[in-house]
Amino acid sequence: MAMTMSGDFVLPADKPTVWAKLNDPEVLKACIPGCQTLEKTSDTSFQATAKIKVGPVGATFKGKVNLTDIDAPNGYRISGEGEGGVAGFAKGGAVVKLETVEGGTKLTYDVEAQIGGKLAQLGGRLINGVAKKMADEFFANFAKAVSAA
Amino acid sequence: MTSTGIGAPVRRKEDFRFITGKGQYTDDINRQGQAYAYFLRSPHAHATIKSIDASAAKAKPGVLAVLTGDDLAADKIGGLICGWMIHNKDGSPMKAGAHPALAQGKVRYVGDHVAVVIAEDYSTAKDAAEAIVVDYGVLPAVVDMNAATGKGATVVHDIAPDNRVYDWHLGDKAATDAAFARAKHVTKLDLVNNRLVPNAMEPRAAIGDYDAGNDAFTLYTTSQNPHVARLVLSAFIGIAPEHKLRVIAPDVGGGFGSKIFIYAEETVCVWAAKKVGRPVKWTAERTEAFLSDAHGRDHITHAEMALDDKGKILGLRVKTKANLGAYLSTFSSCVPTYLYAPLLSGQYDIPAIYCEVEGVYTTTAPVDAYRGAGRPEATFVIERMIEVAARETGTDPAAFRKKNFIRKFPHQTPVIMAYDAGDYVASLEKALDMADYKGFGKRRRDSARAGKLRGIGFSAYIEACGIAPSAAVGSLGAGVGLWESAEIRVNPVGTVEVLTGSHSHGQGHETTFAQLVSARLGIDIDQVAVVHGDTDKVQFGMGTYGSRSGAVGMSAISKALDKVIAKGKKVAAYAMEASEGDIEFKDGRFSVAGTDKSLAFGEVALQAYIAHKFSGQELEPGLKEGAFYDPTNFTFPSGVHICEVEVDPETGVTTIAKWTAVDDFGNVINPMIVEGQVHGGIAQGVGQALLEGARYDSSGQLVTASYMDYCMPRADDLPSFSIGTTVTPCPSNPLGIKGCGEAGAIAAPPAVINAITDALGHEDVTMPATPQVVWQAAQKTLRKQAAE
Repeated sequence: MAMTMSGDFVLPADKPTVWAKLNDPEVLKACIPGCQTLEKTSDTSFQATAKIKVGPVGATFKGKVNLTDIDAPNGYRISGEGEGGVAGFAKGGAVVKLETVEGGTKLTYDVEAQIGGKLAQLGGRLINGVAKKMADEFFANFAKAVSAA
Repeated sequence: MTSTGIGAPVRRKEDFRFITGKGQYTDDINRQGQAYAYFLRSPHAHATIKSIDASAAKAKPGVLAVLTGDDLAADKIGGLICGWMIHNKDGSPMKAGAHPALAQGKVRYVGDHVAVVIAEDYSTAKDAAEAIVVDYGVLPAVVDMNAATGKGATVVHDIAPDNRVYDWHLGDKAATDAAFARAKHVTKLDLVNNRLVPNAMEPRAAIGDYDAGNDAFTLYTTSQNPHVARLVLSAFIGIAPEHKLRVIAPDVGGGFGSKIFIYAEETVCVWAAKKVGRPVKWTAERTEAFLSDAHGRDHITHAEMALDDKGKILGLRVKTKANLGAYLSTFSSCVPTYLYAPLLSGQYDIPAIYCEVEGVYTTTAPVDAYRGAGRPEATFVIERMIEVAARETGTDPAAFRKKNFIRKFPHQTPVIMAYDAGDYVASLEKALDMADYKGFGKRRRDSARAGKLRGIGFSAYIEACGIAPSAAVGSLGAGVGLWESAEIRVNPVGTVEVLTGSHSHGQGHETTFAQLVSARLGIDIDQVAVVHGDTDKVQFGMGTYGSRSGAVGMSAISKALDKVIAKGKKVAAYAMEASEGDIEFKDGRFSVAGTDKSLAFGEVALQAYIAHKFSGQELEPGLKEGAFYDPTNFTFPSGVHICEVEVDPETGVTTIAKWTAVDDFGNVINPMIVEGQVHGGIAQGVGQALLEGARYDSSGQLVTASYMDYCMPRADDLPSFSIGTTVTPCPSNPLGIKGCGEAGAIAAPPAVINAITDALGHEDVTMPATPQVVWQAAQKTLRKQAAE
């Protein structure tokens, strides 16, 4: 089943700083909720594991993360695909855009994601709420990381 | 009639066992050294399997084996079969794609079997499955039937490039076209028969056991028909020859059709038992039941009915697409064809009928027989059409039905069936009376004053039960005959064991069958034991489905009882030194006509085994007789259900205010059990009409895979039913029985929807008529009322 989500967030830092953080595996790892490992496999790809819980279904997802449509320092598309074993799969992507605004940099995101298997069967009606919460957590963490710079 | 004889409301003998937790279901059985199976299922609706890496899973402590489709192929284990061949309009055979028990190269629905892990315990098997790495090549899903048969759709099976399993028809197209050409009025309707999940209380389970000493297998399984399971596993799947495979179906907790079929899981358990050298047990979790039990219904239909200027039906034209899912389940092909179109004449004299059915592959769970199997779908079409035709011609729906009822029997319909007996006017009139139809206007006005919309809906259903005779079903494509067997073993003390090929999964056979034997032999009901569900005990049988156990299974028992009594007379003649022709059998005693000499049934049984009074040359000792009974026709139960609803246009909630059912089941053995079957059937039909709907999203994920999202009927969704019967004995079997197991589920959905559409004043209501659906439909009603 598919879901979409979009939003924006103003970060208290300039565009090049935000861009650098968006490309720093250590920062991403610290900010992605449940992320356990995130290893760079090339300049535009990572190998990741993340522990995610949707309602009654929890699983460790292993997958690849790719960066495409890179337009430094204005944005990219980050996409990933993970298999959670018997819990099912999750895949999706987000188009991230940066824009200089008063007080810092506005980050706009447009997410589309698909889940399948047990995640969809049992967690289907919760997925939007969980995804929104994860996005909020990510950006709260990311704002902290950016501010710390 | 005695207190336990035919027609007595005897309490169910089996219920003491069930309600005190002493039932023995498959999951209650545990074999020495048993291991556990967990099936890794596809999370994708449609994907190629590029590779399966099970090395990490196999290395986990406690894991005995991880098996895949490759292992099945290496052992030359055949695929699951569909046992009913349907031919296309052009005479070519249907397109049945291969159905391996574990996927080979491709998965075709969410829940499809990718691999099985066998381990020391269930948790270990489940955990190890997490470690299996499957590389899927995800393909597009297709869940919508119109999309599946449209241009450019993804192909589920290469053998059917347009996803059509068959393109079948029945009836006389030219005669039907001619009827429409002279019609004064044509009623047209588009109908959706919603997809259902069977939801038996007991989930499916299996234990495979292999005896290396004898090279023989035993399968314990949740089956409605263990002999058919053995036949398929032996002759087609190739597990072992029949004499080396014993199938035991112990107590079975509901099935509604879903336990007729031979599934991947039991096939794998029995095969794997030999591979790992241990008994292998699997019990479905509820989510697995949602994903992989064969679903029911799922039709889209366009129907047209031609009427003359007096409101008489001239013809019926029906075009249906039936979703068969990703693979053809055991009997799936016949459900939307021969169990559907031949019922489209309903209770009506319709001179011309033409029906076209396309069976469609989609990337969803297989769809097969579910309580009623084809007949509810047909009844929904004809009873919705009749109601709408009556409305469009301004005729009272009861009067419209009476005008078109069949009144002379036997009646040959234009779609195969020859109805043997019935009195449709009698059941309608009794139902109208019981439902206080005359008082409906006042009740409707009372509801209106309270801001509610009240409606009344009819359903005058017919079903064909006891699917038969074998030669007839064979000519229509059935792979087996549909007779039944029985054996009566009389013990020396006069107690009786009845071995039957029918298999109760909740119907109360241990009681009704014993009532028949008790009444016929004049012995106490507690002297009778019913033995079923074990291929080592009962030689062969066709099982329980299609409301056939009374009409076919009990007829076989009756036939065997005739033989027991005939042999008993011979024994009694020797024992009483009389001529066999002078022996009479009545009320449990053999007597010599015109004398006071008599022997009780038990005394004659003892004489048959002692065998002192006759030589073996004259008469064989012992008292045991068997019979195979093949019916002469289907049976045709019928009836009228009237549903009265009150719709709250503010909330969309539909309340069923009154339910009247008058059924003609022919002769009845146990009216209490029959009434229970009617209650359950209505509840299930109301579930379909108001609450239940299996939904896949466009990516093929089942989004109603738990009771959180799939709504089952509860007691408070239903009123207290008003139940009555009429009786026209069935002339096609010796007991005059017609069958009652599916009637409620067949009758109820159109009665509910006819009532809701009557309340709302328009036809735009789909099943399940949830509050959301009804609220939206009610807004249209309110707008119409405001405009008037």
